[in-house]
Amino acid sequence: MIPELGNFALVLALGLALIQSGFCLAGAAMRRTDWMAVGTPATWGMLGCAALAYACLTYSFVANDFSVLFVAEHSNSGLPLFYRVAGVWGGHEGSLLLWILLLAGWTLAVAAWSGSLPLVYRARVLGILGLVSVGFLAFTILTSNPFDRLFPVPADGQDLNPLLQDPGMVIHPPMLYVGYVGMSVVFALSIAALMGGRLDAAWARWSRPWTLVAWLFLALGIALGSWWAYKELGWGGWWFWDPVENASLMPWLVATALIHSLAATEKRGTFKAWTVLLAIAGFSLSLLGTFLVRSGALTSVHAFANDPARGIFLLGFMVIVVGGSLALYTMRARQIRSDVTFALFSRETLLLANNVLLMVACAAVLIGTLYPLLLDAFGMGRISIGPPYFNAIIAPLALFLAALMGLGPLTAWRQADAVALARRLRFAALGSVALAAVVVVLLSDTARLIVIVTVALALWIVLTSVMGIHGRVRLRQGSLLQGLRGIPRGFYGMHLAHVGFAVSMLGIGVVTTHEVETFHRLSPGETVETAGYTWRFDGVSNVQGPNYSAVEGRVVVSRGDSPVTVLRPQKRHYPVRDEIMTQAGINAGFGRDLFATLGERVGEDGAWVVRLHYKPLVRWIWLGAIFMAVGGALAASDRRYRLELRQRAHADIPSNAAAAGGGA
Amino acid sequence: MSRLMQPVLMLLLLLMALSPAWAQEPGLGADTPTPQTADVPAFEDQDRQQRYVGLLRKLRCLVCQNESLAESNAGLARDLRRIVHTRLEAGQSDEQILAFMTERYGDFVLYRPPVRPSTYALWFGPAVLLLIGIGVIARMVFRRQAPGDRPPLSEADRRRAAALLDENEGRSDS
Amino acid sequence: MKFAIPLAVFIAVAALLYMGLGGDKSRVPSPFIGKPLPTVDLPELHDPERRFTNARVSERDEVVLLNVWASWCPPCREEHPVFVEIADDVPLYGINYKDARDDAIDWLERLGDPYVAIGYDEDGLAGIELGLYGVPETYVVDGEGKIRYKHVGAVTRTVYEQTLLPIIEQVRREATPQ
Repeated sequence: MIPELGNFALVLALGLALIQSGFCLAGAAMRRTDWMAVGTPATWGMLGCAALAYACLTYSFVANDFSVLFVAEHSNSGLPLFYRVAGVWGGHEGSLLLWILLLAGWTLAVAAWSGSLPLVYRARVLGILGLVSVGFLAFTILTSNPFDRLFPVPADGQDLNPLLQDPGMVIHPPMLYVGYVGMSVVFALSIAALMGGRLDAAWARWSRPWTLVAWLFLALGIALGSWWAYKELGWGGWWFWDPVENASLMPWLVATALIHSLAATEKRGTFKAWTVLLAIAGFSLSLLGTFLVRSGALTSVHAFANDPARGIFLLGFMVIVVGGSLALYTMRARQIRSDVTFALFSRETLLLANNVLLMVACAAVLIGTLYPLLLDAFGMGRISIGPPYFNAIIAPLALFLAALMGLGPLTAWRQADAVALARRLRFAALGSVALAAVVVVLLSDTARLIVIVTVALALWIVLTSVMGIHGRVRLRQGSLLQGLRGIPRGFYGMHLAHVGFAVSMLGIGVVTTHEVETFHRLSPGETVETAGYTWRFDGVSNVQGPNYSAVEGRVVVSRGDSPVTVLRPQKRHYPVRDEIMTQAGINAGFGRDLFATLGERVGEDGAWVVRLHYKPLVRWIWLGAIFMAVGGALAASDRRYRLELRQRAHADIPSNAAAAGGGA
Repeated sequence: MSRLMQPVLMLLLLLMALSPAWAQEPGLGADTPTPQTADVPAFEDQDRQQRYVGLLRKLRCLVCQNESLAESNAGLARDLRRIVHTRLEAGQSDEQILAFMTERYGDFVLYRPPVRPSTYALWFGPAVLLLIGIGVIARMVFRRQAPGDRPPLSEADRRRAAALLDENEGRSDS
Repeated sequence: MKFAIPLAVFIAVAALLYMGLGGDKSRVPSPFIGKPLPTVDLPELHDPERRFTNARVSERDEVVLLNVWASWCPPCREEHPVFVEIADDVPLYGINYKDARDDAIDWLERLGDPYVAIGYDEDGLAGIELGLYGVPETYVVDGEGKIRYKHVGAVTRTVYEQTLLPIIEQVRREATPQ
């Protein structure tokens, strides 16, 4: 009963999405206010239906209804409740349902907070979002229905993939999806603007918070994925340049470029056509990510499904959405071009440089991900592209970006005084390098140039951020506290995000150059000295989990005479899927992680191969991402955006009147 | 200072910002001194040990294709590790050992795609795109308005404009 | 018309993705296609005194199938009946990979022995020389000892008829003097 209800809700949602998009777009074309007004109620209805469908699937999981095929494939009566709820998005069909739910949510948010937008424009935005929903709903209902039944009903399910049975894995997909789906908002805003043939600075001001929120969720989602992989896969790696990881990184890189480009469009009315193109690219890459995970075009440890039939559908959907948008862009971009000039040394130029670096990085990731496909398609053999390629290309780009990050916020718009700026930054630049050199030489036994450069750049970003805030506070009229309060949130957000990048960069730089990883054959009671710690292996014991049995090792770590921690790495066996999973024993620390995993049993005396890692500053990688996310949230909640809405609602702004009157 | 100093100083500033390019060392891979895998005896020579792990990291396991030879527990991976070990003991160079692998398994077994005509686009593509990007910036920046496009501002307008611009810069810096 | 560039790039990428759909992406193509069979020198499975070498495989100067298998491998079990059926149509040579000699011989006694000769690769090194990365694998080797095709995975009736047989017949046509 419940699954049928869920199925019905999905179909109803599809109908509502068709109504929403149909009436909104047709109404906009024909300037019919009554049709365009269908948008908001239709959105509410769609969200209700999507939520109902999602609830039905969750219920099926929780109630262990194995007559539903999806539940039978991804759950088990022994699975803890927490994972049964989360298992909804542990497979292809359920994850699509999550996507649909989130898209309905975002659409409603746009509908609820767009009261001040011109009516025609608003209707177009909702219409486009509705069309995207139509696509996903159709795809789900026709090819990947989570409510398909299974007869005869099995006694029990095939269990959730053991790799997914981890708290990190539970929260990573929803976060990432919020980000992916969120990119559809700025996409819809851009397409609607192209359709209307007009784009102004107010449009940029309106788009920016939406983009910031999508961006910050993508950052969190990616960081969570990295953290989960580190915990769960047992090799101590935190990024593998796997095709699906790349598919989540690319929209984030584009979103970062987009935020910066929007700043220029908002402040100076420049880069309009480019900003629109970025918005299209960002969402297109989100769709590409969806395609790659499910179509079997590329092998990946993350792939949900390897179904070429579904791949064709998704590819067709992409061709319509992305191809259509780019065709519209080709036709209309000339109309929205900006004609603003700026000097060689100005913030505009630096933002352009920022965009070029980010887009080249994104292009490199795309090329590296798709290149094997290219060679294979032309029969030129098969190659594999791994970290050596990506690291070699991305690392220098990231360092260039870091250098610009310190410079940009302090550079004036339109025309900046390079001499004055150089004088102002002299101390920060030299100080960063000097301090970095000192720190690195003192703290590590090998002073590598790349480490000094990385530390110097991180310091550079922090110093210039402090200088930026100081520069603002200096202009104040009241006390220091009043001065600090007077600075808009957006400004803090920007600097916090930049500092977050510096923190992540520092973490990455230090852990890749200074981590220590050793493997040893250890008998119970044997100790090993490595990375300045003493590690004693105390043998293994058997433990039982809710749906697994495990061999658990005990590794006692001490430094000199004082004990530091006891690590308990496990090798788990999940009987339902007959899969073995390595669980690392990790002692997390702000300055370092201690990490141990069990390899294999060796010989008869209880000896095991044990891998021991010392990872300095690895947590900073994810800490930096948190800073970036908080910075993004601060920036998105800036009063200017909320004030602006209220002002526009009252003022008689040309775009508003013209749109309502039939010009746009 | 003369107007010539501005671009010169800006160039110096950019050079400072570009210095990471000179600091780049190929392959920011993990530096892992002295690991041993238990299924082969440790090397006596530290240098060989380093090379051993380095080589394992460069080779993809063909059975568990998302793991390197250093991590994979597959039977084939163990056999290949023993071969790498044996060949290192016999004094072969890294290139010879990698060539052994690619002769039998093709380029797919390498994590670092070889630089050859079929992969020029891969390796040089990003650099080319970067140059194109710089070219686009240059074109945008040096595009000058044709004189007489816009009517000159009156003095009153000019003062008003300057006042507005100053106010704007003080207010919104993010 | 620089605004059309993004659209053009997208069309190219979409075409590439379309071409990439379908096909087994974990398949690693052999670098030996069109090249001579790598050196094989193993003891024979049934008679350890005799050697199983390249010369043995090419002794008949005609196209043959070289099948790498093991008794512990389920897909090998699945494909074996097909080999028993086609043993009269095309000569079959085998390599027993990382197996126990007795287990392999028992297996053949139970399921039939379609092979002209079988090499015994106890430590798997011969397999590595061939670029093997899983069992079963089957090679089409022509009369001159060149590898013409490599199939990874079980040889089902369909695979034999639709993939291997056309290649075998083509090689035979080439060998026949006009």
